Amino acid sequence: MNESSEVRNVMVVVRKAPHGTIYVQEALEVMLIVAAYSMNISVVFLDDGVYALKKGQDTSELGSKPFMSAFRALVDWEIEHVYVDRDALKNRGINENELTEIGEDENTGEPVHPQVLSHKEIYKLMQEQHTILSF
Amino acid sequence: MKLSVVVLEGPYTHEASDSAYNLIQAALKKGHEINGVFFYHDGVYNVTKFMEPPQDDRHISRRWMELGEKGIDIVVCIAAGLRRGIVDKIQTSNVRISGLGQLAKMILESDRVIVFGD
Amino acid sequence: MGYLGSEDIVLLIEDGVYAAAAGTVKSGLIEKLLEQNEVYALQADIKARGLEQLIKKVKITDYEGFVDLIEQHTPQSWL
Repeated sequence: MNESSEVRNVMVVVRKAPHGTIYVQEALEVMLIVAAYSMNISVVFLDDGVYALKKGQDTSELGSKPFMSAFRALVDWEIEHVYVDRDALKNRGINENELTEIGEDENTGEPVHPQVLSHKEIYKLMQEQHTILSF
Repeated sequence: MKLSVVVLEGPYTHEASDSAYNLIQAALKKGHEINGVFFYHDGVYNVTKFMEPPQDDRHISRRWMELGEKGIDIVVCIAAGLRRGIVDKIQTSNVRISGLGQLAKMILESDRVIVFGD
Repeated sequence: MGYLGSEDIVLLIEDGVYAAAAGTVKSGLIEKLLEQNEVYALQADIKARGLEQLIKKVKITDYEGFVDLIEQHTPQSWL
């Protein structure tokens, strides 16, 4: 079986919407740690998880911590492979341009956005993972 | 196989803790190694020492404590724990509180990681 | 279901086993799935819920079988 000297491909799958439950917020904390341990991390937003990347979220009237601002800096935390399911967006009436940026390209300074993929493309990525963490 | 198990939900309310425990027992019976158990989200509620279920029902924190006694690393996430008021002094014995880095280590050291949640 | 390849196996556990019950409005989904994939249901959860009539071709496995499936495949929990 696998030796831990290989870089592990680890995928975090987010399928739940933010704020109504803590799953998205605590999944984010896991993403940051996995990236810090030099694993090859991908994050995939499916189903209601796509709501987590919507621009313009403001939790001030809820009184809860605006954790989602961390999504705008994922690239700074070495999390670049961020994917969103195309059908999930469509089914929820969300346009790709409504998605938050996840950081800036370190060379060009251009904003980086999550990649929108089809089911099949996401499935292919899942095949490459050593571990898939669902929240 | 070296297996790590992640439990994301609290005891009794969700079946996750039972499914995880039963799976671990089956894996041990088959001679596999449990690299560790990591409690996250409400899973951190699984190992408090003041749990008092009815006499004729399973005692969930005691079960985890007994697995811990066998040498299995039972870990409660400190961030998720503190947020929910789960601190050292209310933990049952043979479990420990540690950071998310421990989950990362479990992933690095295991052949398989399985998540039980809702 | 859009994320399954033909080599993948589906294991139903906990309340997921209700999907294996025959004669529900959703049974067609599992029947469709079975055209391409093996589907298992966890015995302990089936028994607990008193499900007697399962969709044909859904296989029953116990926790030891669950362990074997994990050993043979990378597990992904669909929560």
